Amino acid sequence: MKAPPFGYVKARELGQVFDLLEQHGDEAKILAGGQSLIPSLNLRLSRPTLLIDINAIADLQGIRETADTVVVGALTTHVALEKSPIISRHVQLLAAAMPHIAHPAIRNRGTIGGSLAFADPAAELPACATALDATFILRNRDQERRVKASEFFHGLFETDLKPGEILAAIEFPKATTSHRFAFSELARRHGDYAMIGLAAASPQLGMLRLAYFGVADRPVSAERAATHLIRDGAAGVEAACASLADDLESSGDLNAGPQTKLHLAAVLLRRALPALLPSA
Amino acid sequence: MSSAPPVSFFDRPNSYIGRTVPRPNVKKLLQGRGTYVDDITLPRMLHVVFVRSPHAHAKIVSIDRAAAQEMPGVIAVVTGPELAKVITPWVGVLTHMKGLKSAPQHAIAIDRACWQGEAVAAVVAETRAEAEDAAEMVVVEWEELPAVVDMEAALDAGTPVIHPDLGDNLAFRRELVTGDVDGAFAAADHVFEEIFHTGRHTGVCLEPRAVLADYQPAEGKLVAYQATQAPHMIQNLLAKHLNLTESDVRVVCKDVGGSFGIKVHIYPDEMATAALSVLLKRPVKFIADRLESFVTDIHARDHRIKGRIAVKNDGEILAFEIDDRTGIGPYSVYPRTSAVEANQVVNLVGGPYKHKAYRAATEVVFQNKNVTCQYRAVGHPIACAVTEGLVDLAARKLGIDPAEIRRRNLIPDDAYPYTGLAGLPYESLSHHASLEKLLKLMDYDGLRTEQAELRKRGIYRGIGLASFIEVTNPSAAFYGVGGARISSQDGCTIRLDPTGTIICATGVTEQGQGTEAMIAQIAATAVGVTMERVRVITGDTDATPYGGGTWASRGAGIGGEAALQAGKALRQNILTVAAAMLQAAPESLDIRNGTVVDTDTGVERLPLEEIGRVVYFRPDALPKGLQPEFVVTRHYVQKDYPFVFTNGIQGSYLEVDTETGFVTLLKHWCVEDCGTIINPQLVDEQIRGGVVQGLGGALYEQCIYDDRGQLVNGSMIDYLVPMAGEMPDIVVGHVVSPTASSELGAKGAGEAGTAGAPGAVMNAINDALQPLNVSLAAQPFTPESILMALGRVSAKVG
Repeated sequence: MKAPPFGYVKARELGQVFDLLEQHGDEAKILAGGQSLIPSLNLRLSRPTLLIDINAIADLQGIRETADTVVVGALTTHVALEKSPIISRHVQLLAAAMPHIAHPAIRNRGTIGGSLAFADPAAELPACATALDATFILRNRDQERRVKASEFFHGLFETDLKPGEILAAIEFPKATTSHRFAFSELARRHGDYAMIGLAAASPQLGMLRLAYFGVADRPVSAERAATHLIRDGAAGVEAACASLADDLESSGDLNAGPQTKLHLAAVLLRRALPALLPSA
Repeated sequence: MSSAPPVSFFDRPNSYIGRTVPRPNVKKLLQGRGTYVDDITLPRMLHVVFVRSPHAHAKIVSIDRAAAQEMPGVIAVVTGPELAKVITPWVGVLTHMKGLKSAPQHAIAIDRACWQGEAVAAVVAETRAEAEDAAEMVVVEWEELPAVVDMEAALDAGTPVIHPDLGDNLAFRRELVTGDVDGAFAAADHVFEEIFHTGRHTGVCLEPRAVLADYQPAEGKLVAYQATQAPHMIQNLLAKHLNLTESDVRVVCKDVGGSFGIKVHIYPDEMATAALSVLLKRPVKFIADRLESFVTDIHARDHRIKGRIAVKNDGEILAFEIDDRTGIGPYSVYPRTSAVEANQVVNLVGGPYKHKAYRAATEVVFQNKNVTCQYRAVGHPIACAVTEGLVDLAARKLGIDPAEIRRRNLIPDDAYPYTGLAGLPYESLSHHASLEKLLKLMDYDGLRTEQAELRKRGIYRGIGLASFIEVTNPSAAFYGVGGARISSQDGCTIRLDPTGTIICATGVTEQGQGTEAMIAQIAATAVGVTMERVRVITGDTDATPYGGGTWASRGAGIGGEAALQAGKALRQNILTVAAAMLQAAPESLDIRNGTVVDTDTGVERLPLEEIGRVVYFRPDALPKGLQPEFVVTRHYVQKDYPFVFTNGIQGSYLEVDTETGFVTLLKHWCVEDCGTIINPQLVDEQIRGGVVQGLGGALYEQCIYDDRGQLVNGSMIDYLVPMAGEMPDIVVGHVVSPTASSELGAKGAGEAGTAGAPGAVMNAINDALQPLNVSLAAQPFTPESILMALGRVSAKVG
């Protein structure tokens, strides 16, 4: 389990990253925390000719507040999110999800940008970003563009990132006083990728996003189920659960077939209701 | 210091028997300063990587290595036929396993691969990375052959025969009938049946399999630094198959990072590494990476058992009957064979109980999957789960409490010696004392009350019990009588150095479980010195007495007894010299804390270093005719029984979430009887570690193969080993019945935890789900399998 030969550059500023991306195209990979990339190199599942290490780039660091949002630099580690008072105050769903992400050693190095750009459909953060309607800030040499989470994830390890573009930051709306949220996942062992998980947020009455992960090729927003709950409150739970089959189109994996996932999706939804609905 | 006469040898002053003392090697290991095979670098050393079959069964049409040979750093790309010129194949059979057959197995496949992962070519290069790069360039043209995957179909007429020369896919069959089985079933008020499955597992050692073979052509000598439990066995077989003189082969085990039975077998890739060193006349290192470990480290426990139990209305067990089948891969593993696990299942089912009739049949079949062989607690967890599952099934159906049905049927504690229905004698077991101690530790009645209360609130908690017997301290009956050159005897050579240091070389080996600490405690006690004075040497065929190594729970029972006798003999020899120096009677002297004292008063007379100084440097001061012998060797082999059986019982308390199918382990208990306890903490942690391995089998671990014989979860991401977060507190208790077959009285402790845990968990899950009329019998018990049993999910699709 040794990686095939590859080149390595520690980039000092974003311009250098864009130069290298332009020069090497698909052959180059961005190295952030390396918690998915390095194993995939050692397993020889990925064989880039160049790793562009962006860890030293200050522009991509840090968590900062604006009046209505929290902007998280792509290089922010899981452990930094976990310990951030800004996150725990204003993006509680994210704070609730952190302890479920792998193990401390991985959280020490893994980054939010790395996780989101990798787009593993079983990972927690893509679903959290979806539930929170986060905005992804993508940059290339010439411009910055903003993409909603619902548009960012295209499929298994596929995102809206275009050649020459990197994920620079993620912007989360600050929770309002009427904000409600729920996070739960079912993993056979703590820290594993979940058999299924639910990141749910209701920024205000009448709005609800139910983002499931570990169920399809990307985080899936269960819109029909949410509609039932918004309309009927707790009374809509049976209809909501019944509509999950259409919402999720779940596919199976080693630990759970599609039926099991669907069943568990409903269990998670029922259990989340008291946190999500004022009346439940 | 007390001058009262000791009650037994182990109550001597400065005895370490029964004391928790720190392990001498633990600092080194915890500081990361151990020396594992991969830490050793030799001049001119090469690395080998194997090209492995991606198919479960396929003919090798051709191997094109031209591109690989041109890669940087590559020294050689070697195929099976080429390597076969320096290493002979082997056949994994033993003569006492009547009818066991297997096919010749080569270090590298000759013309076809019989499982996914079998090595078909070796790439040797200057570095591991270069070898891996080159291995990718080896082009093998395959012709896929039909794979035998399902063990149930292995003997069907339409199923291809993997080794046509053998005639069929049956490796071994054993039938056993004791007592009037038909009569017992006819006389029973009830017969209950269940079909049990135990999942295929593997051992997942922290340190993977590893060997560094250094053939020195000038002397015709081979040194193999190897991660193995049995260095003398490896020495013998390297010599045999490489056509070397046995004494020209030296096997050295420095630190070994876990074994669990994984590292006690002959592996083709390890043998190939030694052969490559002979072929290339350079040191060659092979470290199995984690992915190849999953497809080449032995697997185990892949059984289907149809079980029946005959009982009276009052719960009296009249008979057990089992029909077992297991799939072992395409070869019986050399030299211990892959029939032993099934054989143990037959030997052990029903073991704790006093019924008089038993019928068992087992069929061991070949298939195109990785091989299976002996892994921690060989056969025990299977036999225990089947036995205890049937006992609990009867208890549930008859409305008898699980503790009570065991009270009524366990062999009485005063019934020994007793011969089990498989014909094996039990020296002295303590099932009832263990049961009562367990119930007390658990607060069994309190748990039952709590369980009933919680059930009213829709919370499903379960309590499971599992009694077991355990094979330890094996005699030659295990392997030697079957023709394997695996020593059942072990020795200890002990010496006193001039500084008063005791050097102790033993044939049993250390893989992280504390063997060296155990030997040091016994040697210190026997001689009469402090632990700090003792150095222990293990794992070197040139430096230790010839022995079997550490497996089958024999380290303390066999190796410990040899150390005890060697230490006592050295003590006598020292006292003889001390008596001459002090002009006292040897009987009036003792050695305590490294000093010769008057036995009666404890008054210190002479430190050992003074005796050492005189003996080694001023022997002229000793009386003429007195020749001190400060090196002593003693051996021990257990001859009284085929095995010294131990026993124990485990209890599990858990909660089943009936909506998600998740099982939460709340607490686990084990009471066991390993006879004399040398180091309580080491024993307790052996039990706990074993329990965790058993819990892994019950809930998490399984090598999952698809219908083409591909292992689909062969990585640490997908193969779920038990992890600390899910493990409950494990309470360990002991009943102590020392074996009379040795002075030490120690029996094995390393496998008891693994033996009973899966059965206890299965019974607890079924106890929890009893109100829902649901029971499960196929390990591992996954959330999905529980949901299916509950009818919440109808069938597995996709």
